[in-house]
Amino acid sequence: MFDKILIANRGEIACRIARTCRGLGIRTVAVYSEADADAAHLAACDEAWLLGPAPARESYLNTERILDVARRSGAQAIHPGYGFLSENPDFARACEAAGIAFIGPPAAAIEAMGSKRRAKALLAEAGVPLVPGYHGDDQSEAALLSAAEETGYPLLIKASAGGGGKGMRRVDRAEEFASALAAAKREAASAFGDDSVLLERYLLEPRHIEIQVFADSHGKVVHLHERDCSVQRRHQKVLEEAPAPGLTPALREAMGTAAVRAASAIGYVGAGTVEFIAEPDGRFYFMEMNTRLQVEHPVTEMITGLDLVEWQLRVAAGEQLPRAQNEIPLHGHAFEARLYAEDPHKDFLPSSGRILHLRLPEPELGLRIDAGVRAGEQVSVHYDPMLAKLIVHGPDRSAALQRLRRALDALQIVGPATNLSFLRRLAAHPAFAAGGVSTDFIERYRDALIPARQPVSARMIALAALAELLRLREIAARQAAVSGDPYSPWHAADGWRLNATGSHSLGFRDGDEDFEVSVGFQDDTYLLDLPEGQLQVSGSMGRDGSLLAVLGDQQLRATVVRDRDHLTVLCAAEACTLELRDPYGAGLEHGPDSGSLTAPMPGTVIAVHVSEGEHVSEAQPLLVLEAMKMEYTIRAPMNGVVEAVHYRAGDQVAEGVELLKVEAEAL
Amino acid sequence: MGVIKSKIDPRSEEFRANREAMDALVADLRDTVRQASLGGGEAARERHLARGKLLPRERVRLLLDPGAPFLELSQLAAHEVYDEPVPGAGIITGIGRIAGRECVIVANDATVKGGTYYPLTVKKHLRAQEIAAQNQLPCVYLVDSGGANLPNQDEVFPDREHFGRIFYNQATMSAHGIPQLAVVMGSCTAGGAYVPAMADESIIVKEQGTIFLGGPPLVKAATGEVVSAEELGGADVHARQSGVADHYALNDAHALGLARQLVANLNRPKRASLDLREPRPPAYDPAELAGAVPTDLKTPYDVREVIARIVDASEFDEFKALYGSTLVCGFARLHGYPVGIVANNGVLFSESALKGAHFVELCSQRGIPLIFLQNITGFMVGRKYEAGGIARDGAKLVTAVSCAAVPKLTVIIGGSFGAGNYGMCGRAFNPRFLWMWPNARISVMGGEQAANVLAQVKRDGLERRGERWSNEAEEAFKAPIREQYEHQGHPYYASARLWDDGIIAPADTRRVLALGLSAALNAPVEETKFGVFRM
Repeated sequence: MFDKILIANRGEIACRIARTCRGLGIRTVAVYSEADADAAHLAACDEAWLLGPAPARESYLNTERILDVARRSGAQAIHPGYGFLSENPDFARACEAAGIAFIGPPAAAIEAMGSKRRAKALLAEAGVPLVPGYHGDDQSEAALLSAAEETGYPLLIKASAGGGGKGMRRVDRAEEFASALAAAKREAASAFGDDSVLLERYLLEPRHIEIQVFADSHGKVVHLHERDCSVQRRHQKVLEEAPAPGLTPALREAMGTAAVRAASAIGYVGAGTVEFIAEPDGRFYFMEMNTRLQVEHPVTEMITGLDLVEWQLRVAAGEQLPRAQNEIPLHGHAFEARLYAEDPHKDFLPSSGRILHLRLPEPELGLRIDAGVRAGEQVSVHYDPMLAKLIVHGPDRSAALQRLRRALDALQIVGPATNLSFLRRLAAHPAFAAGGVSTDFIERYRDALIPARQPVSARMIALAALAELLRLREIAARQAAVSGDPYSPWHAADGWRLNATGSHSLGFRDGDEDFEVSVGFQDDTYLLDLPEGQLQVSGSMGRDGSLLAVLGDQQLRATVVRDRDHLTVLCAAEACTLELRDPYGAGLEHGPDSGSLTAPMPGTVIAVHVSEGEHVSEAQPLLVLEAMKMEYTIRAPMNGVVEAVHYRAGDQVAEGVELLKVEAEAL
Repeated sequence: MGVIKSKIDPRSEEFRANREAMDALVADLRDTVRQASLGGGEAARERHLARGKLLPRERVRLLLDPGAPFLELSQLAAHEVYDEPVPGAGIITGIGRIAGRECVIVANDATVKGGTYYPLTVKKHLRAQEIAAQNQLPCVYLVDSGGANLPNQDEVFPDREHFGRIFYNQATMSAHGIPQLAVVMGSCTAGGAYVPAMADESIIVKEQGTIFLGGPPLVKAATGEVVSAEELGGADVHARQSGVADHYALNDAHALGLARQLVANLNRPKRASLDLREPRPPAYDPAELAGAVPTDLKTPYDVREVIARIVDASEFDEFKALYGSTLVCGFARLHGYPVGIVANNGVLFSESALKGAHFVELCSQRGIPLIFLQNITGFMVGRKYEAGGIARDGAKLVTAVSCAAVPKLTVIIGGSFGAGNYGMCGRAFNPRFLWMWPNARISVMGGEQAANVLAQVKRDGLERRGERWSNEAEEAFKAPIREQYEHQGHPYYASARLWDDGIIAPADTRRVLALGLSAALNAPVEETKFGVFRM
């Protein structure tokens, strides 16, 4: 076994690999980019080395630099994690050349599986079932068209070298084929530098079921059962489970055997995943093989009780597989939910920003959290937006699902947009609870899973208002403490009025909508005017943002995260972000500049850069005035239209006269 | 410290009856104040808002720190004084916390007669300035006024305490380092133009504020020049050309935000020079005052019951408890501040007056603020007392009270009659603040006494001429006198004319006094020099 390995990755997977190493007494070397100097994976490892600037190709993909660090740090092996260099045969070869073990399959196996077309051809020979289609070398339109007729519609055109949906086209009718083919080839060429395509029958209601396989360098191959990864958005997995709901032992056996056969066929070593597409009638076809540790490997670990990273290390160190096929258990049921920094409302576009608040569910039996970020960290645009994985295990599927729902409800994160509420709705959806959903699940139930943004509920408004009022009280108390009259009754923040009741008003913005909450002061409580009626509230706030609130006759615990003028309230599984409007900034869309531009002193106009009716942008030079041997450039105070130009070059002007006038653009 | 032990049973029938009566007075007070606080009525408010302006109370609220207390002054000024209603005399004044420090705020209410100055508007404005000057509180003027109320010009323009005094005060306060800030949120015409012009710093609101010595009609009449108000004295004119305004605000809210910033930049930390302690609530709930005090002024009660419900932990160290017992004097803490309390517990005798003078001297010597709780029918009369020199001893008390330079705060909790008013630091004796309870009465003597005195004089005259005066005729003579005294002695009548700074519910006494005391500490406590005491 190795004494020291380098983990050529970041985030949760780097932390997760380090954890197993710690258990095995293996020292770990972290590498990081300039953007990750404070990242969690540095703390998880024994030492940390800087690779380079934030962009991945200058850091986590910088082979030379990584091998240099490995040599200098004395690492005997490199674990690539997933992504980055994990499926790069050149890197695997470079490691070999440098005399450093690559914890993954041989370069040849990576290469064999790297091209989908080649992989399929290879596996067809080994008797692994393939989706009916065409994987031939003849890429002429005529050959492809006749292959399409043979395969039948609907079908998919895919880039041979592709992945991630690029160069993929669905064709429902023969008439559409030619144009779809041209488009797919164009995309493939630009994305992968290779325009060859393959054809596949388009399966209706397919499920994504994959088999975890493991092979050692002694020729032994086993599978560790399946994972169902049918819940996908944009062809990317979001929620996985094991075992696959409704899969019969016979089918499991059949798929497992096929996967083992596939791995054997290519001389595979290490951890791999054979992905199948399964039809409702039980037929299944090989899709692709991933020659690395998968993101979703923990669900397999949960149902087998095995540590896949430990197996990877043992295999890479030349050891035999620790267990035979019949020694691999299958206990209960497991789920994994992936928390992403992405906005479901913007078609799951990745988001970035500082994590202002992160509270993971309390540790408990049957709950595992693989997180790679901490509160205060910046989620950058440079890397994969996955933040953490919630993995749960239960004696059966419904118990595990219940645990997943509770864990998702307990998770709190504020900062960049995340898919957390989307995950909560996924886990709560009856179709998902019933089990066996197909890969179009998210699309089919899109409206329920990604409902249009709801106006913030009265309860959340009340909590936000209370939090702000308590903050005002806190500010007054802090001010009192440092004043020369610390106990002065003037420091009160209870809105006291002589012979009257004090009031206050809080202005909020929810998306594009502005609203006001009127507040009546009543000793230590507040009477809020909400659309649903008046509500008496009171409470106290901890330094960590925990809010103990009494709303009418209900006591609630909430968390309030403040980012300048943005308040995020988290209560149970409800979350909302409201902008607090500056009471002194009401209606201040423009700066205090007027569009009338006057001569600062007497002088001569030496240049006029604009004419009437011209659109100008803020700070654009409009006119140059020479006075007292100095040149003064008159600039546009705002975006707008030149309404009037009163002088021409050469004109003498007196001090204070209007030179030109700019009309502000309506907002 | 001695702790007052209350002898009042809050479950007694008497307590309940007292509380019901006082609650009714307080409810009426709050209702009357609420009416006045609405300003010039629904239509005027709508018009004001339609111009894009904030209502004056909203301006005050935004000017203050969020949730900060506002000790409004003279809430019932001009109440039932003029033929037409002029709520609050068309101006809001008070003390509030802005950017962490106490300031006097003077805000015109343009919904009331265009914010023009009635005689009592002037008086209220000057009283707020007087409070600012005495307590060295920065002034923020929210100007929105058409200037002097022309039909009343003879009572607002020419005299010493008239309109011009406002500007005199601004200049002299500024000379004493008391900041003067003006926010022009509406008209500032003629004399009014001097409010921003005389200010240390001024803000003007775009398309709302105008400043000019002569408005467009006057300009046209005088020179024939036709000019709009905005061209004549709008924000652009004054912020860009004339320099009359220093800061240009885009709207009311922006202006108030700027004003807060001006206050934040004043560099005037407050240094309370007293021995401060952490405040403790009274052992007896101040809310019990409503039931502890008989509403009928003729019913005597122990004033220590009031003190117990005002001071910290109800602790009171009485001075000369066994001497001159109709005047209760002693030391206590009020919201953590050390105070000397002088409270009536019956008619004043020579001994009571001597004791009071001694105690006022003590507090002046030690720099301890004085609180006067007035409930006084007057000094004892009669041959024995005159011969005993009660006028001499009363004069000692009046001299001591007049000259004491420590902050003095007076609350009239019952009767305030005759020379008792003087000895107990009435309005003429420059208390920093003077408030009345709603059950209080103030007049040169009680209505009954006045009626009796006048009836006696008349009866003497009639009898000298050998005429008879029937009891019915005498009663018919006395009734209107009693009625007049009752009407003019009522707190609303007094407050309407600014004989006080406001009427307060007994339960608010502790808080109001604490706010007043704390505000008073903005000025350093000066050394006292007493005049000649008649020995």
